[in-house]
Amino acid sequence: MRIEVLESAFDPWREVFKQESSLSPGSFGATAVFVGTMRDMNEGDTVTQMTLEHYAGMTEGHLSQLAQQVQADHEILDIVILHRVGTITPGDPIVLVGVWSEHRAEAFEACEKIVEYLKSQAPFWKKERLSDGADRWVEHNTAGPRQVLN
Amino acid sequence: MTITVRFFASLADRVGRREELISNEGIHTARDAWMHCVSDIPIPGNALVAINQEYSDFDATIKEGDEVAFFPPVTGG
Repeated sequence: MRIEVLESAFDPWREVFKQESSLSPGSFGATAVFVGTMRDMNEGDTVTQMTLEHYAGMTEGHLSQLAQQVQADHEILDIVILHRVGTITPGDPIVLVGVWSEHRAEAFEACEKIVEYLKSQAPFWKKERLSDGADRWVEHNTAGPRQVLN
Repeated sequence: MTITVRFFASLADRVGRREELISNEGIHTARDAWMHCVSDIPIPGNALVAINQEYSDFDATIKEGDEVAFFPPVTGG
């Protein structure tokens, strides 16, 4: 299991490959991956840059507790959660959640649960820079596809 | 009694600082800590509070050495 907040750019697909390489071949039958990427548009405005802030310590602690809980509840073999902080530009990856299990149902469910928890509970905040140079804080995340948290 | 009070994101911008150490015998709750630090700004309706890095509520009791953090709704992911 790997939970990390990163201050520099990362390649989510390379990280998935790296994490999967540590698993025994044949031990897993399903891999569910979510990658969140910065868009160049939000609420009708062009966004040129974004700065991500987090509450160091609380973030990692909560994500670790979550990952351990999800692993126990859903018979998950392994989990990777990586999240950027600092300044990024459109097209940069923000978050990676990868889940490995024997069967797809557990992998899909666990991956979605982690993503929804992360977006609604983990103490990260985004500040956007708009095309006119003005900065604004993102006030709320978009709603998830459905209720997955208890 | 010494408490570390922290502010994050837009709340830090609004109150003009990110951290403050307070020492006052009259502080019993997270709400008291806010009022002590930011007496001129009411607690925003959407503000969240964590005590020692766990989500809590404004009327939770705080004690010597605690870290109380105030922040807006989270927007990660």
